[in-house]
Amino acid sequence: MGRTLAEKVWDDHVVRRAEGEPDLLFIDLHLLHEVTSPQAFDGLRKSGRAVRRTDLTIATEDHNTPTLDIDKPIADPVSRTQLETLRKNCADFGVRLHSLGDDEQGVVHVVGPQLGLTQPGTTVVCGDSHTSTHGAFGALAFGIGTSQVEHVLATQTLPMAPFKTMAITVEGELPDGVTAKDLILAIIARIGTGGGQGYVIEYRGEAIEKLSMEARMTICNMSIEAGARAGMIAPDETTFAYLRGRDHAPSGAEWDEAVAYWKTLRTDEDAVFDHEVVIDAAALAPFVTWGTNPGQGAPLSAAVPDPGQYTDPSERLAAEKALEYMGLTAGTPLRDISVDTVFVGSCTNGRIEDLRSAAAVLQGRKVADGVRMLVVPGSVRVALQAVQEGLDKVFTEAGAEWRHAGCSMCLGMNPDQLAPGERSASTSNRNFEGRQGKGGRTHLVSPQVAAATAVTGTLASPADLAGVPVPVEV
Amino acid sequence: MEAFTTHTGRAVPLRRSNVDTDQIIPAHWLKKVTRDGFEDGLFEAWRKDPEFVLNRPEHSGATVLVAGPDFGTGSSREHAVWALQNYGFKTVISSRFADIFRGNSLKNGLLTVVLPQETVEALWQLTESDPAAAVTVDLVTRTVTAEGVEAAFELDENARWRLLEGLDDISITLQNEDAIAAFEARRPAHKPRTLTH
Repeated sequence: MGRTLAEKVWDDHVVRRAEGEPDLLFIDLHLLHEVTSPQAFDGLRKSGRAVRRTDLTIATEDHNTPTLDIDKPIADPVSRTQLETLRKNCADFGVRLHSLGDDEQGVVHVVGPQLGLTQPGTTVVCGDSHTSTHGAFGALAFGIGTSQVEHVLATQTLPMAPFKTMAITVEGELPDGVTAKDLILAIIARIGTGGGQGYVIEYRGEAIEKLSMEARMTICNMSIEAGARAGMIAPDETTFAYLRGRDHAPSGAEWDEAVAYWKTLRTDEDAVFDHEVVIDAAALAPFVTWGTNPGQGAPLSAAVPDPGQYTDPSERLAAEKALEYMGLTAGTPLRDISVDTVFVGSCTNGRIEDLRSAAAVLQGRKVADGVRMLVVPGSVRVALQAVQEGLDKVFTEAGAEWRHAGCSMCLGMNPDQLAPGERSASTSNRNFEGRQGKGGRTHLVSPQVAAATAVTGTLASPADLAGVPVPVEV
Repeated sequence: MEAFTTHTGRAVPLRRSNVDTDQIIPAHWLKKVTRDGFEDGLFEAWRKDPEFVLNRPEHSGATVLVAGPDFGTGSSREHAVWALQNYGFKTVISSRFADIFRGNSLKNGLLTVVLPQETVEALWQLTESDPAAAVTVDLVTRTVTAEGVEAAFELDENARWRLLEGLDDISITLQNEDAIAAFEARRPAHKPRTLTH
């Protein structure tokens, strides 16, 4: 019987297989950041172990880093200690680190791909659940805990329990104005936050094949929000074109060898998935969340649902609690919800293409009075590219704040946070209670919806701006 | 890692689904660089409500957490496991756990027990009507017992053995040094490297 893409990559990394034991897998790339690594390095010290493969390990600073005044000492002493701990650990153990102020610094899941380190058919791990992002290249990429971080540092391997396979086939073409973010939010709403539990999802079909690498990363990034072990997309010419010439991509004869291998990384015709889901791309529309988990979403044209419509008692209770936390009333059209903050950035939507699409909507328009908009590039490289294209000017002229690279408002670990009761339209990945700051309320949206929402002050798509004229440039 | 064989204690009924790791331990606690001292951060936002189940005096000192489906979703932060353990929990029961959380738990000796939702509901009802009721989680026999409840649970033999013995995964893996070295020797040259030699 044929094998799926995930099974092929898995099989190519088995160091040891024994009956009744988890397979021991070799890890090709280990990404580190300051939050989930200190206790792992501590463990190495206590047991007198070294980092086995510093040449397969790389670290960056992202979660704690401020996005303003980055040349000044970090104000929060606890954040500063954590960053200083990472710097000391990397120096002591010989790990490459990109610190705040470095041109290669940025969100770990933006940095790996842009350096060309994330490649098809590799195994990638990081102490961060959004490691699933790297599956966009046909890599098998897992988020791991700190004990596993220590395990990989010490052994460059991980014992991994077997997985199930799921195909999500997106047939047809996405309509104009519908993005990868809308698609993945719709998928999570359909299969639920636990729907992917135990599975590696392979996204396939015409709509997926037509996506850029940035859009594919947005899709795979949020696989974890459906509970999946990982998300993958088979590598193709789009993948190869993205990688060619990048710092750590193979070159010369090695490039040819690599591409020949990468071309074998497709699910065989006769392979069987454990579960299959089919999505009709043409039926999709801009999608936003109304609740406190990423599965609680609906098309922008819908209204806040009535918890009474859920037959499952735990879903009904979850919806009731979500509406209470979000301060929403059932039946309110989603387009009537006003926000005070708009955040464009994160490992989900902080890449150059995301900034371009938000800028295209904002070009010549203004952020509504009373709305604060933060635009945070995913990495310094993304920021430099955006500046070269003049996108920073589009944002600042519209009244948005153009910030330095980092995780920023995706999670409440750095100064960029919502105040209690504040409401955001956010291009990040989680609308959990308090995720963006204690008492903050989050609506997950695409970069286009974020930008349109900034202009109107209420949840909106670019199509809603048709009546708002853009001044002609002179 | 602390070994787990059997544990008997009082239980806290947490009637919530999709308890994500941001609720278990909010992000600002993640700045710590140790594995201890997270107990005050456990369910920090919910504990501000005096009526929250963990705050009720009749549940003080409980060591078994019985939660709704999809417990531990979201962030991979192992701090969530440490916070539960620092607070005093030895085991968590739910009808479904997020994968990463479950892996992290088992690596730290916090036993995650999957039981059908009907059994979870029975445990909720029991511990709500009698907060002093004893719940026993026995990994040797793979059963959960309490008054009116006797349920078997699954855990794969390898994970069970590691927990019963309290074994350190890294030492076990390093017994395969030859296999790792042999794998490294046959890796293709085109694979990425972070350092250039």
